[in-house]
Amino acid sequence: MPAENLVEISDLNFTYGKRPILKGINMKIPRGKLVAIMGLSGCGKTTTLRLIGGALKPTTGSVKVAGKEVGGMDPEDLYKMRRKMGMLFQFGALFTDLSVYENVAFQMREHTDLPETVIRDLVMMKLHAVGLRGAHKLMPSELSGGMARRVALARAIALDPMLMMYDEPFAGLDPISLSVIGNLIRHLNDALGATSIIVTHDIQESLKIVDYVYFMAEGVVVAEGSAEDIKASKLPYVHQFVWGEIDGPVSFHYPSPPYRNDLLLESAHAA
Amino acid sequence: MPHRKVGFGLRSIGGAVVDGVWRLGYASRFFLMTLISSGASFRRIHLTIREIYFTGVMSLIIILVSGLFVGMVLGLQGYETLQKYGSESALGSLVALSLVRELGPVLAALLFASRAGSAITAEIGLMKATEQIAAMEMMAVDPISRVVAPRFWAGVISMPLLAAMFSAVGVFGGYLVGVVLIGVDEGSFWSQMQAAVDFRQDIVNGVIKSVVFGIAVTAIALFEGYDAPPTAEGVSHATTRTVVTSALAVLGLDFILTVFMFRGV
Repeated sequence: MPAENLVEISDLNFTYGKRPILKGINMKIPRGKLVAIMGLSGCGKTTTLRLIGGALKPTTGSVKVAGKEVGGMDPEDLYKMRRKMGMLFQFGALFTDLSVYENVAFQMREHTDLPETVIRDLVMMKLHAVGLRGAHKLMPSELSGGMARRVALARAIALDPMLMMYDEPFAGLDPISLSVIGNLIRHLNDALGATSIIVTHDIQESLKIVDYVYFMAEGVVVAEGSAEDIKASKLPYVHQFVWGEIDGPVSFHYPSPPYRNDLLLESAHAA
Repeated sequence: MPHRKVGFGLRSIGGAVVDGVWRLGYASRFFLMTLISSGASFRRIHLTIREIYFTGVMSLIIILVSGLFVGMVLGLQGYETLQKYGSESALGSLVALSLVRELGPVLAALLFASRAGSAITAEIGLMKATEQIAAMEMMAVDPISRVVAPRFWAGVISMPLLAAMFSAVGVFGGYLVGVVLIGVDEGSFWSQMQAAVDFRQDIVNGVIKSVVFGIAVTAIALFEGYDAPPTAEGVSHATTRTVVTSALAVLGLDFILTVFMFRGV
């Protein structure tokens, strides 16, 4: 019987050069659930996602996907595992020299020996699921930002992955595209029976669709719970983030010497 | 403090040497990985043919036009010099030997570096900057095998063909100026050329040169693109480095190859 949690992260530390990025992270992503990792830019959300996908190796600690340690895998095992994963990149990362159709067919051609007629049907089904069947002949340069994100989503689900990862799926979208992408993420997760992780700092859209939230700040998980728990949280970091307050634990000013020094007032006085 | 300045200078030199050796090692590893991952470029030949179109066929115009002008200039300059010694009938052999041995492979490689090499670097650099390479890795597709190797072999195959066309058009340019415009005897132009150009010594060595240049230019272009920082500035610097490094590599390799090929001829 498969474990209840598809992804398990324990005491995860990751250091970039001498700079600690993640400090003792613990997370559990249950099968079939849609879990958000939220927090400010630079708090380590995307790094966590890259560690789950095996693009980075932990400095210490453990990242397990379907019970297997990702950090210890050789390239062949890692590629085998990634065939069961889908990832939506921040700006889609569509292959600009391939049409919409070819982008969605890419993984099928690379990893299967399916006949062309079957590939065509599958591509059309995936594109229909994201509402872009009629755009299959277009090139990525002819798509709007929202359409490119939807094509990338169709490409990511091409091989029906068990784990979907979304890196800032709502960044730079208009309100309609935002709702469309949000609904698609929820609907596809449930329809495919997949497990999904969304890395985002979009509060409004993500809290509407997710089952559980991990809230990160400065490389640690500072809060976790349901969308309602996060909204109601009194923790200063979470409160400032959720309500968009200008001042709080996250200061408006980047650390700097006293203002007087930079304006050279002291030296002007002395002169 | 002079000794501090000396210490700082030595550290800078040491740092630059260590960085240079590290980068050379990294580039060699990248080149080795490209060779190891080349199987798919031949199993799925359409990937390589597509790249031959972009790197080779799309470079044809600049190669043909440049070759024609270089041949015409050679015809003019050669005639000016040869007529002083009453040897204008040797114009055909001068034009052909200059092109086949040196100018064809070298100039075609320099043009190839500026036209196709810079395009390869910019394309791969932008693929990296827009996360297309990362996306490919996340889809369990090796980018070296899928993106790099087909472009490498396309460059290696295209380069000698382009150099041959450069030389052929250059000879025609020399003929136009020497025979049609100036009036050098057509029979002696072609017969001297035929007598002077040796297949093994001149043609084969010229082809070997262009294959070596093709390997060097394409490998440099691919490495610079793959190693480019994923920013607009990073891609711009990488493209510049491709053209500069390729040009220096072609000229340096040309000297070394010429020493071995034509020593004592």
